[in-house]
Amino acid sequence: MNLRRDVFQAIADPTRRAILMLVASQSMTAGAIASNFDTARPTVSKHLQILTECELLEQNQNGREIYYLINAKKMKAIADFIEPFRRLWDDRFNKLEEVMKKHKTNK
Amino acid sequence: MEKKTKVNAEDGKQEITITREFDLPLELLFKAHTEPEIVAQWMGTKVIKLENKKHGSYQFETTDPRGNKHGFNGTIHEFVPDQKITRTFEMENTPFPVQLEFLEFEQLTDESSKLTMHIVYRSVAHRDQILQMPFAQGINMAHNRLQDIADKLK
Repeated sequence: MNLRRDVFQAIADPTRRAILMLVASQSMTAGAIASNFDTARPTVSKHLQILTECELLEQNQNGREIYYLINAKKMKAIADFIEPFRRLWDDRFNKLEEVMKKHKTNK
Repeated sequence: MEKKTKVNAEDGKQEITITREFDLPLELLFKAHTEPEIVAQWMGTKVIKLENKKHGSYQFETTDPRGNKHGFNGTIHEFVPDQKITRTFEMENTPFPVQLEFLEFEQLTDESSKLTMHIVYRSVAHRDQILQMPFAQGINMAHNRLQDIADKLK
């Protein structure tokens, strides 16, 4: 549960969302990512660290360079996180409709 | 199949909107929210009290599959038949703060209607936590099922 909360806190930050968008199209080094932002390099590093800790980003060592790439599986989990909540209400409302249809014919 | 119930939860906001269209006349949709026996049926809860009026209040009690009882309550702030209900909602004995709910009922045709529930939470974090509850419970249930199967294999 704690890990999940961290994931949502991670994507609540606009810079971190921008980083995820950037890396979604191609894997990039920390330097290449930082060059896309006006923010100081250490700040970007901190964001990368948080995203990596939440497993939203993966690191890939290529010689001396570390490339960051997106963890599609984790991203999918977030996209779907609201679905069980929606289904809970959908089930309730289906039941409501069913109950009222019976109620109507019984009148 | 098209999803009948829609949940709109924008990033970083402390509110959500749930919308649903029903194959029911407006009057029946509204009635489903005011008659204790009917609320009990579709919400799957015991209705202890339901006062449909301004300054009225309501109280539900749900028993989970393990036999634990969970209390819910709130106060009615606005009650306009076939139009709207504004109320608070609180889960008793939980760390979750009270939430504010605006229910709006609309007629679409003689035989169909629409409900819009606008829910406001104390903070973005609380909203996200509530949204994740069924998700987390789903994971727990899957985990428990796995545990049951694993136990049987022993």
